[in-house]
Amino acid sequence: MLAYILRRLLQSVVVMMVVALVSFSLFRFVGDPVSTMLGQEATVADREALRERLGLNDPFVVQFADFVTRAVQGDFGISYRLQQPVTDLILSRLPATLELAAISGIFAFVLGLGLGVYTALKRRGWLSNAIMTASLIGVSLPTFLIGVLLIWIFAVELQWLPSFGRGEVVDLGWWRTGLLTPSGRASLVLPAVTLGLYQMTLIMRLVRAEMLEVLRADYIKFARARGLSDRAVNFGHALKNTLVPVITITGLQLGSIIAFAIITETVFQWPGVGALFINSVQFVDVPVMAAYLVLIALVFVVINLIVDLLYYVVDPRLRADRGAAGH
Amino acid sequence: MARTDHETAAASTPRPPGRLYRAWDSDLAHAFRTSPVALVAGIVAVVIILAAALAPWIAPHDPFDPGSLVLMDGFTPPMTENEFTGNFYLLGTDDQGRDVFSAILYGARLSLFVGFSAVLFAMVLGVTLGLIAGYRGGWVDSLLMRIADVQLTFPSILIALLIFGVARGFIPPGYREAMAIWVLIVAIGLSDWVQYARVVRGATMVEKSKEYVQAARVIGAHPAKILARHILPNVMGPVLVIGTIGLALAIIAEATLSFLGVGVPPTQPSLGTLIRIGQGFLFSGEWWILLFPALALLALALSVNLLGDWLRDALNPRLR
Repeated sequence: MLAYILRRLLQSVVVMMVVALVSFSLFRFVGDPVSTMLGQEATVADREALRERLGLNDPFVVQFADFVTRAVQGDFGISYRLQQPVTDLILSRLPATLELAAISGIFAFVLGLGLGVYTALKRRGWLSNAIMTASLIGVSLPTFLIGVLLIWIFAVELQWLPSFGRGEVVDLGWWRTGLLTPSGRASLVLPAVTLGLYQMTLIMRLVRAEMLEVLRADYIKFARARGLSDRAVNFGHALKNTLVPVITITGLQLGSIIAFAIITETVFQWPGVGALFINSVQFVDVPVMAAYLVLIALVFVVINLIVDLLYYVVDPRLRADRGAAGH
Repeated sequence: MARTDHETAAASTPRPPGRLYRAWDSDLAHAFRTSPVALVAGIVAVVIILAAALAPWIAPHDPFDPGSLVLMDGFTPPMTENEFTGNFYLLGTDDQGRDVFSAILYGARLSLFVGFSAVLFAMVLGVTLGLIAGYRGGWVDSLLMRIADVQLTFPSILIALLIFGVARGFIPPGYREAMAIWVLIVAIGLSDWVQYARVVRGATMVEKSKEYVQAARVIGAHPAKILARHILPNVMGPVLVIGTIGLALAIIAEATLSFLGVGVPPTQPSLGTLIRIGQGFLFSGEWWILLFPALALLALALSVNLLGDWLRDALNPRLR
């Protein structure tokens, strides 16, 4: 167990170092930072001074160590395009992305779980068939197309919901939330549904498959034979046992939600980190790209680490298997 | 039953059946002919691919020749004649009088080109690395598989986006537009090689302990020759399945990146770019500029996807 945790931790650190190396090379070799910062008018002496001050004359390894040290402290330099510290830019846009990701995650989990249980229990109903067919279409539609279609239906034709932006936001210290105003909540609906739809169908299909499997198990038959109510059997016994894989998959999907937020944010002009990243790719704003690269890698590595470790906490069978197979 | 009949018939006639007849009579072709889903998906895919490939000859207009555009034709609705010029457009025109149907044909051409090239790139890279990893084993194998593990934890669209961004950073500004398509192909290809490598590695590990490989080794064949001539043909089945599904994924990835404005340059719109442009006209009521490219993308991705699913079931002996 301990060896496994250590190996996983080491792997995570290696991944982060590789990502940091890529992001540093981007910094170091794309364009000339000195001319970007000083412009055309600077003298050779000025350039040399800045070069020295930025540490650009140091050996590569020293520069890389320096980059990692500053990155750990949250310093990624200044955006070429917006002329603001990258960390401030990202922090000011992070709440928007996190709110969007959280709401769509909750939407995906609750609705996916509910529909999954329903389609598993009423396997032959016409509504279940309709839901399953609809989910197939939902899986094959690209995210951006779902967003565009939702805008068309609900913003253009029906005019029920806004199609872009966050609506009114409220300042809570450094966290600007859109959850406290009616227009903020209305603006959140379409992006959250767009972002969560794919994950929802995934969770729904998973819950359904797991439920069907569990419902065939002997202990369920036994519970029915004991005369327990359907409700107690379905939810107390069956659902509880399907939750372990469902929660792990949902956890892993959290990273995907943050990644796909790039697409959703662009479709709905949502002022989040993903939209910032897309702009930085278009304008080759290297510091922002580098910072986002490190940030998203960190999110994924942490989520995967937590999920992997949770396996061991939640499911004792895995511990036994791994121990028997490994040693 | 039908198969044995054919075989006896073939045996009784002196002339051996031709190559074409054998292809038509094969299990795979039979499975294809008897599956309605595969037939429809196949026809749709072939029609779109042919139409895209022949775009310069069958498109009624050249959408990217500014000289041929008639501004008066702008915003002509589909299936109607323009109220000023009387010109007829099957799927309508955009703001500059560009024929949507022709734009879709050219856009699908670009989408398919990027999709096929990206899949080919991913396939060659993945199969080569998979063969080497499976045959050599040892540290090469563990290194490649660790990289694959790490890459699999990230969604492939994110990887493609990051590779595209990083590569764009390294290319001098003057070449960025010209190189965009190639960068896009490499980015999508690199985001998708893992599938091939893992499958081929597994199959190679099974094949390499078989007698024909050992025999080839004993007579002193070079490892590269063993891999290419003996092992490769035996591991290609699953690769084709992954490739077909991968084509659908690559087309969607390309459309997504182009929709985000980081894919192909705006001067050469793909289906994703057309959808991006069409989105801007939704609010003013010109729905056809969005709808038809979206439908074309959907039909293309869905039909290729269904073909891939069918191929997987047809080639998998356990499911037959």
